[in-house]
Amino acid sequence: MSMSPLTAISDGFVVAKRNLIKIKRIPDLIIFTLVQPIMFVLLFAYVFGGAINVPGVNYREYLMAGIFVQTVAFGSGLTAIGLAEDMQKGIIDRFRSLPMSRAAVLLGRTSSDLVNNALVVLVMTLCGLLVGWRIRDGFVEAVAGFALLLFFAYAMSWIAATIGLSVRSVEVAQSAGLIWLFPLTFLSNAFISTDTLPGWLQPIADWNPVSSVILAVRDLFGNAPAGAGRGSGFPAEHPILLAVLWSVAILVIFMPLAVNRYRRAAAR
Amino acid sequence: MTDTIVARGLVKAYGDVRALDGLDLTVPEGTVLGLLGPNGAGKTTTVRILTTLLRPDAGSCTVAGVDVLRDPQRVRQLIGLSGQYAAVDEHLTGFENLEMIGRLYHLGRRRARERARELLERFNLSDAADRPAKTYSGGMRRRLDLAGALVAQPKVLFLDEPTTGLDPRSRLAMWEVITELVREGTTLLLTTQYLEEADQLAHDIVVIDHGRAIAHGTPDELKRQIGGERLELTVGAQEEITTVTAILEAIGTDRPTVDEETLRVTVPVTNGPTALIEAVRKLDGAGIAPTDIGIRRPTLDDVFLQLTGHQAEDHSTAPQREGARA
Ligand SMILES: Nc1ncnc2c1ncn2[C@@H]1O[C@H](COP(=O)(O)OP(=O)(O)OP(=O)(O)O)[C@@H](O)[C@H]1O
Ligand SMILES: [Mg+2]
Repeated sequence: MSMSPLTAISDGFVVAKRNLIKIKRIPDLIIFTLVQPIMFVLLFAYVFGGAINVPGVNYREYLMAGIFVQTVAFGSGLTAIGLAEDMQKGIIDRFRSLPMSRAAVLLGRTSSDLVNNALVVLVMTLCGLLVGWRIRDGFVEAVAGFALLLFFAYAMSWIAATIGLSVRSVEVAQSAGLIWLFPLTFLSNAFISTDTLPGWLQPIADWNPVSSVILAVRDLFGNAPAGAGRGSGFPAEHPILLAVLWSVAILVIFMPLAVNRYRRAAAR
Repeated sequence: MTDTIVARGLVKAYGDVRALDGLDLTVPEGTVLGLLGPNGAGKTTTVRILTTLLRPDAGSCTVAGVDVLRDPQRVRQLIGLSGQYAAVDEHLTGFENLEMIGRLYHLGRRRARERARELLERFNLSDAADRPAKTYSGGMRRRLDLAGALVAQPKVLFLDEPTTGLDPRSRLAMWEVITELVREGTTLLLTTQYLEEADQLAHDIVVIDHGRAIAHGTPDELKRQIGGERLELTVGAQEEITTVTAILEAIGTDRPTVDEETLRVTVPVTNGPTALIEAVRKLDGAGIAPTDIGIRRPTLDDVFLQLTGHQAEDHSTAPQREGARA
């Protein structure tokens, strides 16, 4: 029996509210979630800021989009951990015994993690502006840049949700939810320009969805280099299109996959 | 009377372990079925299948006439479940926990809040209503979890070991709540490891082991299955045993059994009180004063031990049943 999408949304809202209450009750949690990105911005700005040279652009400005995208990608780990925790504590069983929408727990979790991510992005933005980062394009482009960043973050949450519901414990979720993000985010244009990579790695890095999102955000913020620093081929020319397509593709694949895992999830 | 819960031939295997191996169950409307069994017998697996959380490999079941496997969402609207481990959100307050459940049952915000307050009142949690559940004691959590199962006033209730981990007083309070629900007409399937509990609460008992029902009946029927009353007598001195054995042999329906070590002599009897009076009179005549004498009725422990070959888990913490000794 399927339920109306409206029920899914209103049930999802109830679940999201519950998750946000937890963030409110444990302020340390949000503080530490925020400390890491702040630390990243400062470390990269002052430690690497002068060490790496990407021609045609101020490296500090170049970095910001990389740190933004990497941070929200790792932020998706929260989704995996949150769901694994709910499963381990039997909360998912409670939800599954209620006549609520089968998608609601996931909609609620990914939505509350999106709020979390938005908060992190806001703090990083302020921090970046303090150390000299500037948005050099128009207001509309900047808003589009943030929207794209959060859309990608939301899509990543659904991959994490699938992982979180597939593992048997919070500990496993902690590592399984994060470990694949290291190659994914470092094998990209986040901190270097891909033309400095060995020849065989370049196309991999260029076609990496993370690279597309980063380059798209750079373009929208007016922080992108020109020429070889953008990488090469189609991804260098159409980053925004690719970033949107990648995010949509992730959602199309992982939303049903995660809901399916949820249906089967057998806690304990 | 219609059957509210019906399960036929339930099978569920985890690898080599057959958690359920062809289990049949029937719970008539308005009655309580106690599902009794040692650790790993398959109690939780049964509850999870009947409450739509788990799909069996084979078999079928209906709850309130609805096919559980074909229409799980409809079943979820009809039942309340309190699982083996209290599933409360510890960061939410008691009130928030219940309100959330009410909203997910689609009661609407106002009704969900009203219902939360009613239940907190009923379960004596009003004072703690606005505290995060992580500050609750084990017993309070358990009560909150049970309250969660009752939010939508379900006609059919599944409670998986509802009193495990409770102190005797909380357990008695829980029994009262359950009895009241049954009086109001709720059909209940209850799993427990406490034989006392099944004896107190259940109309019918199914004993399961290794995923199969190995006995079924009312508590009294089960006790009768392993024999009726016995007269049990302990003497102070070894020399008295021969005389006592002779006296009891004349009273009982079978030969007395003698435990030399504890100086205890036991004999099956047809009518406990009559046999007791007769024994006391004869012993008095023979000048023997026993250190202990009484009628012993088989407890569910005896049933359990005899049927499964092992003791029920940790029943020592259950409140003592009264009236086992005359
Ligand atoms: N998810 C699972 N994976 C593997 N085996 C399982 C799983 N769940 C249950 N089992 C096995 O199935 C059998 C029945 O388990 P179940 O939890 O139903 O027992 P139970 O009667 O509730 O026991 P207890 O009194 O300890 O709660 C056990 O042997 C258990 O190890
Ligand atoms: Mg169990």
